[in-house]
Amino acid sequence: MTRTPVVAGWFTDDTDDGDGVDFRLLGTRCAACASVFFPREDSFCRNPACGGGELVEVPLSKRGPVWSYTDGRYRPPAPYVSDPDAEWEPYTLVAVELEAERMVVLGQAVPGVRVTDLAVGMEVEVVPGVLNENAETVWTTWHWRPVGAPS
Amino acid sequence: MSGEVAVLGAGMHPWGKWGRSFVQYGTAAARAALADAGLDWRQVQSVVGANTVRCGYPGYVAGATFAQALGWQGARVSSVYAACASGAQAINTARSQILAGMADVVLVVGADSAPKGFFAPAGGDRPDDPDWLRFRVLGATNPAYFALYARRRIALYGESAEDFALVKVKNAAAGALNPNARYREAVSAEDVAASAVVADPLRLLDICATSDGAAALVLSSMDFARRHGAGRPVRIRAVSTVSPTYPRAVLDLPDIATDSAAAVDPLPQSFRASIARAAYEEAGVGPEDLSLAEVYDLSTALELEWYEDIGLCGAGEGAKLVREGATALGGRIPVNVSGGLASFGEAVPAQAIAQVCELTWQLRGAAGARQVPRARTGITANQGLFGHGSAVVAVR
Repeated sequence: MTRTPVVAGWFTDDTDDGDGVDFRLLGTRCAACASVFFPREDSFCRNPACGGGELVEVPLSKRGPVWSYTDGRYRPPAPYVSDPDAEWEPYTLVAVELEAERMVVLGQAVPGVRVTDLAVGMEVEVVPGVLNENAETVWTTWHWRPVGAPS
Repeated sequence: MSGEVAVLGAGMHPWGKWGRSFVQYGTAAARAALADAGLDWRQVQSVVGANTVRCGYPGYVAGATFAQALGWQGARVSSVYAACASGAQAINTARSQILAGMADVVLVVGADSAPKGFFAPAGGDRPDDPDWLRFRVLGATNPAYFALYARRRIALYGESAEDFALVKVKNAAAGALNPNARYREAVSAEDVAASAVVADPLRLLDICATSDGAAALVLSSMDFARRHGAGRPVRIRAVSTVSPTYPRAVLDLPDIATDSAAAVDPLPQSFRASIARAAYEEAGVGPEDLSLAEVYDLSTALELEWYEDIGLCGAGEGAKLVREGATALGGRIPVNVSGGLASFGEAVPAQAIAQVCELTWQLRGAAGARQVPRARTGITANQGLFGHGSAVVAVR
């Protein structure tokens, strides 16, 4: 099986070659005005006051406080991938404030984290995760995990 | 003020889950609006359709689709799309044509035939489409976003699920009085609490359904209204179709992240608040002048947010208004006396037009059992995903 990011270029390689993984979301930063974009913007700076600079890849902050959270008690429609024959397992969504970038980024929580485990303001960190897999491919993604929670 | 246009006619096809073509609904609403205006279809000089993206090609050219269904008579046609704000953009297009002298009488129509369950993105493998991505990567449905806002309000303002339920109870009571509403039964707080959680903390009865339905308006120049003998018509005094200001600091559908404020400070006022402000400025009125408001209650909690965004109260005070009954029929400033999305369900391109239909009937004093006494000024507010604001101020 190959490990393939669900979207290319949104986060760093998640394979551990022995010295630990510094897993990060990847955005871009405008070299002219320092605006940061996630999902990455590679074509143009969207700051209306900026003449436009080179967009350079930049890792985003690893941690931040929870802005808000919810869960999905019902199966979402495609293109979300789930086994229609399996019982639906709710997943948790977390919106996280990245303080250096001054932005909020959404993601799923690591499996097993429920809304009752979360609170607005709680510190979470980004970790590599698996979105879904089939016979050939493991589709990788990012997850948010409460800081200090067991991995 | 850039000038007023007259609302000569308003009409709807009742909301429901009828399983028929959106063209049938839209044509029925158009005929009802024309009859209400006392005009023959052949007197209409321009048709503006609010598009639907769920009904194939005819839905992308809604103006032409309705003109053909009513019988080609040579009128100018246009078709607009702005997600949930499509109806207001259609009204604005009609108004612009009238104020520019391009047409005296314009028909505005929006109709939809909606699938059951969650709205889904357009088909195909489209990893450059934010709407596709949020489903593929996160499974983030529309109610998931509504729930994020609701949870945030609980954390910030100490609101509760019981507060949110009060909005549903209020809107269901109003909707029970509206023959065009899909849901016409009273709902209790216990009913809300007993419904299934869809996206914590929101339950099924906190979230609006997806519906079939249609709404139409006949708009004209003030001169034409006088010549037509409409003595004191409802007038549209402002239409706001503003877009956000960079950086957007509030997470919004269908985005996975907000803009970054690393380089530029966000404005103190949110995008939603700027929608109503632009309408107030154009109309030369303020929230204190309102007799009623129709706001986009995609969820119960979101209605509370609109109270703040249209200036009925300060940040965090929305729940207080609904607890006091201020926004119920008979209250100080009734909101969603039509029953709102809670009673209608969302028929996307029709919804912003339906809001103006309700203002029209209220301002005429023709709203029957749900009439707001001595209604003189009303505002509608809504927001379409991908950055579409919409608000309409109508007066009489």
